[in-house]
Amino acid sequence: MSDARQAVPARFLRATTETPVVRAVLIATALIFIGLFVLLPLFVVFAEALAGGAQSFVAGITDPDSLAAIRLTLLVAAIAVPSNLIFGVAAAWAIAKFEFKGKTLLITLIDLPFSVSPVIAGLVYVLLFGGQSVLNPWLQSHGLQIVFALPGIVLATIFVTFPFVARELIPLMQEQGTGDEEAALSLGASGFKTFLFVTLPNVKWALLYGVLLCNARAMGEFGAVAVVSGRIRGVTNTMPLHVEILYNEYSYVAAFAVASLLALLALLTLALKSLLEWRYGEQISATNGH
Amino acid sequence: MAFSSGFGLKKPSIIPGFGLTLGFTLTYLSLIVLIPIAALIVKSTGLGWDGFWKQALEPRTLAALRVSFGLSLIAAAINAVFGVIIAWVVVRYRFPGRGLIDAIVDLPFALPTAVAGIALTTLYAPNGGLGQYLALVGIKVAYTPIGITIALVFIGLPFVVRTVQPVLEDIDLELEEAAATLGANRRQAIVNVVLPVLLPALLTGFALALARAVGEYGSVIFIAGNIPYYTEIAPLLIVIRLTEFSYAGATAIGAVMLGISFVMLLIINLLQAWSRRRFGGV
Repeated sequence: MSDARQAVPARFLRATTETPVVRAVLIATALIFIGLFVLLPLFVVFAEALAGGAQSFVAGITDPDSLAAIRLTLLVAAIAVPSNLIFGVAAAWAIAKFEFKGKTLLITLIDLPFSVSPVIAGLVYVLLFGGQSVLNPWLQSHGLQIVFALPGIVLATIFVTFPFVARELIPLMQEQGTGDEEAALSLGASGFKTFLFVTLPNVKWALLYGVLLCNARAMGEFGAVAVVSGRIRGVTNTMPLHVEILYNEYSYVAAFAVASLLALLALLTLALKSLLEWRYGEQISATNGH
Repeated sequence: MAFSSGFGLKKPSIIPGFGLTLGFTLTYLSLIVLIPIAALIVKSTGLGWDGFWKQALEPRTLAALRVSFGLSLIAAAINAVFGVIIAWVVVRYRFPGRGLIDAIVDLPFALPTAVAGIALTTLYAPNGGLGQYLALVGIKVAYTPIGITIALVFIGLPFVVRTVQPVLEDIDLELEEAAATLGANRRQAIVNVVLPVLLPALLTGFALALARAVGEYGSVIFIAGNIPYYTEIAPLLIVIRLTEFSYAGATAIGAVMLGISFVMLLIINLLQAWSRRRFGGV
């Protein structure tokens, strides 16, 4: 019986809580389940990465192909995340600050990429820009390579991370209404100044939250990118794809070394996410997570 | 600003930027999402009615869809049970490790699927950390449907916990106190008072976990073994058809899965609307 319920006398508490045995069983179940399904796999990543000692860990990461994969992953995220950030802000502005017909449909369509299999996300671009596409002769004659090249990887990554920023901003900006902006405008501020000095400060933590999740997914995406990349070593191999190649070649230490970098990114993302929720919870949104 | 004032589609407002932001939103949405998806649908109609069903109803495709769907249902059901237990202990009890559980539940969202895939496979392989002990009692996990299910449980867990948790936090203890003063025992109060309130959120979480599991690729392909008719999932079969340059085959499976996604999205939206109507908020 600790902090949260201290104010309530114990004899009343009994009616709204379980017997100590039931509580112990439920807590143990939760701890074992999380331990077995979540913590243990995470532990395995680091244990396997360091299984051959620090030297082979470093060798796995500093291999030229691994470095090329790391560079490509950073490049893809550096394009995809700002694109979806700009889109998210524009979509949230249109949806939250105005009343227009078809808004619900628009919100559903923005969320659509979350319900589509990542493999489908890759497939649609292969069908649109690949060798059998009607666009292919035109692309070829202009020397444009989209599938099995950087543009395809970027497009697939933008697709799977499409809703992240928008879905954090839309509910929050809807909740905040238009009062602040109307005040600023009536005092003579320009539209852009109003956005920069009134709207942006109101949503900055939610924006950061969305960018954080968007970035984690952009750097970690596997299925969509696997379909469009062609997996050319050192050229179109992102970090997750490189992990797969190394693993299938039985280079387990190198595979887990690169994987451990991605796992560190995931842990860092979770830590920052928890920090934002704890510190700025009300300013992010009432509806966190998915 | 051309269409900010016209057509009567929008209520008047002094706030600027409607034409610009909505125009950009619609263009970007069309280019990235709508046109590519339309291309898949157009391409599948190009196969013709007979051609489409010949591809979609091919035995190996049907087997893959059955594996994806059947195991996703099992995984989502497991997540529904354990997700509610985890949400319950995190919201209701105070114990060492509570904060850790609350923070780490989202790991499957954040951890790249390929990383999860190789970690789970290493753990459950016949010579792996857990696999070797399970092998002693005759349970084979990696390269069997059990392995696929474990991967799907991993990636689906946060969906149930994170949809149920906020509803559980909002439940007024007075409801349960009232039930208790009216003579209900604890089990009756949980079954008749708490569970009905949780039901819409629980079903939403279940549907979200199911939708995610059906399309999942990265965490599954390593542990699955990918044996046709046994442990081959539908998304993998799309990839296989593409590497065989069988675009018709890939398109047909893709269109079927896209149709399934649309139905699931519709169901999830209806569930959320039901949840809102019933309890407000969320």
